[in-house]
Amino acid sequence: MNSNLFIVIAAQAIFYGTPLFFAALGGVFTERSGVLNLGVEGMMLVGGVTGAWASIHVGGSPWFTLLVAMLMAMAASFANIWKVAEDPVTRQVRKLDVLGLGDTPVLGPLLFNHTILTYMSWVMCAVASWYLFRTKIGLQLRAVGESPQTADAMGINVVKYRYIHTMLGGALAGLGGAFYSLAIVPTWVDGMTKGAGWIAIALVIFGFWRPGLTLLGAYLFGALQSLGTVLKSRSFDIPGDVLDALPFVMTIVVLVLVSTRFAHKRIGAPAALGVPYEREER
Amino acid sequence: LTQPRWLNWAIPVISLVGALVVGAIVLLATGKNPLDVYWRILDRGFLSQRAITGTLRTATPLAFTGLCAAAAFRLGVINIGGEGQLYVGAVGAALVGLWVGGSAPVGITIIVMVLAGMLFGAMYASIVGVLRSQFNTNEIITSLMMNYIAGIILNYLIFNSRSYWRDPRSMGFPSGKPLEKRAFWPTYEIFGTSVSFGFLLAIAAAVVLWVLYKRSRLGFEIGIIADSPRAARYVGIRTKWTIVAVTAMSGALAGIGGASQVGDFAHYLDAKGLQLNNFGYTGIVVAALARLNPLGAILVAVLLGGLTNAGYSLQGPDFPSGLVGTLQGLILFTAVAGEILTKYRVRSNSSAAKAVAA
Repeated sequence: MNSNLFIVIAAQAIFYGTPLFFAALGGVFTERSGVLNLGVEGMMLVGGVTGAWASIHVGGSPWFTLLVAMLMAMAASFANIWKVAEDPVTRQVRKLDVLGLGDTPVLGPLLFNHTILTYMSWVMCAVASWYLFRTKIGLQLRAVGESPQTADAMGINVVKYRYIHTMLGGALAGLGGAFYSLAIVPTWVDGMTKGAGWIAIALVIFGFWRPGLTLLGAYLFGALQSLGTVLKSRSFDIPGDVLDALPFVMTIVVLVLVSTRFAHKRIGAPAALGVPYEREER
Repeated sequence: LTQPRWLNWAIPVISLVGALVVGAIVLLATGKNPLDVYWRILDRGFLSQRAITGTLRTATPLAFTGLCAAAAFRLGVINIGGEGQLYVGAVGAALVGLWVGGSAPVGITIIVMVLAGMLFGAMYASIVGVLRSQFNTNEIITSLMMNYIAGIILNYLIFNSRSYWRDPRSMGFPSGKPLEKRAFWPTYEIFGTSVSFGFLLAIAAAVVLWVLYKRSRLGFEIGIIADSPRAARYVGIRTKWTIVAVTAMSGALAGIGGASQVGDFAHYLDAKGLQLNNFGYTGIVVAALARLNPLGAILVAVLLGGLTNAGYSLQGPDFPSGLVGTLQGLILFTAVAGEILTKYRVRSNSSAAKAVAA
């Protein structure tokens, strides 16, 4: 085992940052289409409770679980496809030692000892970047977010794009929530995401609406969240409450930094973010 | 874009009826008799003097957090932070209550407790106001983050430190230091039901807020800023200052709610009890249902207070607590839906209104 403090924190940051990233990536899709969804926290909770429920009660056929979960949140479904990777006793999503390299110094805990959902998140990050910036649909999506009128004139179905990407955002938020009830604590605790959905909304802004930067931001906040547990277990003399408050304080700090007018112009949030589009008003 | 006056009454009523109908469907689906459940809610929330006493007790914090939300929403500042501002107000009131409660005259003690609650709530909220006005930061997220932080502060003061607020005698399970009996806020017997001082204070605050919005220059300016910040700037209204002032005022209202929790009911800083009830979040429901009318907020607070209390008494093995929450959620949902429907109708019927809006 690696006991270097920095490596432990970094590995934990990736673990705790994964659900944040899922939710924030969902936010990137949603907001790129111009829809501001402040219900991420609730969607994460729905995903979390569905994931726990499905894995306890349904078990059996993954496909039936999938159907139920999709109807409930469209979300925990993703987690349940990966039932293969689930520990049969605790029903917790197990950490996989990919290639048997988990004990390699430094790189082991950082790269090769995660749940399958974390690996999924890396793939999704790459796919999302490609989708947004290298495909025609991605280009059209960004057009919808920047100027729905123009997009409409180009013949893009604005409403359809917005619906689909808001639903996609919801599914990803639910997947993030399911991570809480399947991987972090293998059960359902009322209100267990504890504000992660709101942090995810801030992360979208922090990541400048780009998947890659959002991933880095998610790990930063994951580190802040894990700091409490890691430092406590090593009997550092820092009040736990101060550490618990850190992610929330940091969210505010980050928001302040990126919402100053200077930053606002340069990073360019989708211009039509939060503006409902009604064709008749043109 | 003006709306007919009767809508102010019709929308909450229609929303309520709509929620009851949808609620009935939910109840039927879970195998309950809706009429029976509604009768029990009415009975246990409103039909006896004991029920009304309990209802007013629950309504008191809701009235304050409702006023808090209404005050800020009117300006277009979406202050979701009533929850945290209420906690911090309670911390402030408990501080001075414990400090001067044993020695100062009763009247003075109560006044300084109220003022401390206001001051702490206002200061906590003004952080959000300053960030919004100076840095253009999204106040929904910052005020929400501040709620979590305030909860952590409460836990720290009572559970995780030997602070001034914690009772040094409570060794097993930490709890707040109790106030001296003289620092308790009075209750009044009105027609056989006991009404707390805090509830009367809430009514007074609602009247003051109503006058402020309807009859004062500040209220007028707030209306302009809410309609068009740019126009407000051009006519020389100090927009930034107003945002900070109104957010602070909004926080002060929630702060009195926290002070009343300490002075009226708990008589100590009840870190767990304060966080259990989501007074701040329910206050947003109150403000929305009251259509941001301060006097209406008092009425809605009483209504929701009764609903909540009846919900507690209904709870049992055959009646999960989630059903009451579901019912409250339905009410908010129908209220918001009703709002959208009226706006839509006004627009589509008259082309003149449409021209003004555009």
